[in-house]
Amino acid sequence: MSTLAKHIQLNLLFARFKVSSLFLLAVILAFVCIAAASIGSVNIPLSAIVTGALNDQQEAVLFSIRFPRVVLAAIVGAALAVSGAALQGLFRNPLADPSLIGILSGAALAVAAVIVFAGPSQGYFGLYRLSIAAFTGGLVTSVLIFRFARLAGTFSVTYMLLAGIAIGAIAEGGRGFIAYLSDDAQLRALTFWAMGNLGDALWPAVLVVMSITIPATVILVRNARALNLLLLGENEARHLGVDAERLKYVIIICTALSVGAAVAVSGIIGFVGLVVPHLIRLTIGPDHRLLIPGSALLGAILLIIADTFARTVVSPAEMPVGIITSIIGGPFFLWLLIKQYSGRFGI
Amino acid sequence: MKRLTLWLILLSFPVTGFSAERIVSVGGSLTEIVYALGAEELLVGSDTTSYYPPAAEDLPKVGYQRSLSAEGILSLNPDLLILSEESGPPTVLKQLESAGVSFLVNKAGRSLDDVKTNIQSIAHALDRADKGEELIQSIDNTYQELQQTILDNPESKKVMFIMQIAGGAPLVAGTNTAADSMIRLSGATNVVSDYEGYKPLTPESLIVLKPEVIIMTDQGLEQAGGIESVLKSPGIAITPAAQQGNIVSMDSLKILGFGPRSANAALELKRQISTL
Repeated sequence: MSTLAKHIQLNLLFARFKVSSLFLLAVILAFVCIAAASIGSVNIPLSAIVTGALNDQQEAVLFSIRFPRVVLAAIVGAALAVSGAALQGLFRNPLADPSLIGILSGAALAVAAVIVFAGPSQGYFGLYRLSIAAFTGGLVTSVLIFRFARLAGTFSVTYMLLAGIAIGAIAEGGRGFIAYLSDDAQLRALTFWAMGNLGDALWPAVLVVMSITIPATVILVRNARALNLLLLGENEARHLGVDAERLKYVIIICTALSVGAAVAVSGIIGFVGLVVPHLIRLTIGPDHRLLIPGSALLGAILLIIADTFARTVVSPAEMPVGIITSIIGGPFFLWLLIKQYSGRFGI
Repeated sequence: MKRLTLWLILLSFPVTGFSAERIVSVGGSLTEIVYALGAEELLVGSDTTSYYPPAAEDLPKVGYQRSLSAEGILSLNPDLLILSEESGPPTVLKQLESAGVSFLVNKAGRSLDDVKTNIQSIAHALDRADKGEELIQSIDNTYQELQQTILDNPESKKVMFIMQIAGGAPLVAGTNTAADSMIRLSGATNVVSDYEGYKPLTPESLIVLKPEVIIMTDQGLEQAGGIESVLKSPGIAITPAAQQGNIVSMDSLKILGFGPRSANAALELKRQISTL
């Protein structure tokens, strides 16, 4: 009895520490948001944001350019990181990331087709057509991959991986063919899109993306316990009362929707979905109940920082944010690997 | 004696004046010059940037001017290849050279003087020097008209040239670009003076630059989803230009190509900007 009480007490203490680290991440996120809003080509001092003493130009820049952009960076970063965490859990593979479910290749193919073949268009469709193309292209590809994964009757993760690679290769081939047909302005548009950019942030787009990714994240968090059990293996999880089949559907649908929405507004931003979950595992631990919200917060923080770099380092010019996440994320990931292995093998 | 006369006649022709009969022209503005010289019946092929006059679109295409392929060009059996110094890749040009094709390398135009130089060299090579002089004269006349229009209406508006918007950061022309030359030629001022070439700018820096007029190509405008989309784009929406709806667009080859229509393009641009 007393040992059990002790155990519970310890567990609670432990849980409190972990929850408080989530709280810390949330505080950092709030701080990063405000700081990012005050940095940029137009000078807006932090004090002016806090007190509201802004001139017309500052106000226009802050409310119609910077705030939507910071919010978008946060949401896209969170969506990518959460999807990465959930997919790594589902595939039980530390290298899984959102590119596995075909969203990126499908979106890239659809965007290429619209850039090269679509004629003039009017109104809202004109403004958002690349986003619409990316979102539908991404979802169509992942539905296709999903169908292939179910060919065997039940849903097979291995089939999904293999079908994903094949369909990804076909989409990449199609994109290459379209790029071959394009003129140089179109080619430049294609290339820049694939390097990721958050400059398209307009409030309507930001709100649409939010309305997709926030519910998807909430659903993923609610399935965190089942994901923990799935780590034991599919059969073991089933014996512990997890509806593994349903869990797989839920996770793939949620990640496909949120990655699709993120890619639609920002193009392809690499490494956030892969690295952020690992960082959280190393600091807070592998429990999905904390891993998923933790990834959301850290993904948001890191992408806001990366995007602030993107729009200031070469100001007034802008660097595609995907370049920054890859250039910083890659070496950092390598460093993590070396650090982990050096303990194990004494390197 | 007859033979000697024949030799004398042959030798009196300038060396480059051998009459080319099968020409491949690479580069939109160079193809335009060939048409303007009335030598289009000699053309057997062109590249994908050659789409004006409309008849040029029907010529067999040898690919994009910077990624030509030797076999495609050789299959047309040309005796003269008209190209700009931007054409490539160099390895393919080398292959063509060793296959015995003659080259006429022209300037990648950045000014009306470049256009005139190109007209002279092409006219000379095609043995149409008179026609070339006529063309240059008409360019000079248009230029005089342009100067007069600028004198009558000397206000130099602050102009920004946006090549394309897709991808979040508008690609804006700096100095040392065809767009910058065209802006100056039409008597306006480029709002960008501190960098060379085209750069993607952060949306908020557009506001700092305060353009009164935004110029785009028809193609760039279409790719961005039309004029309404441009007016709503982040950053652009808050510029004085967008708030007054001052967006001017023109065909890309006409405004940036620096070919026979450039003086007209500058005059048109000046007139359009003055009426805004």
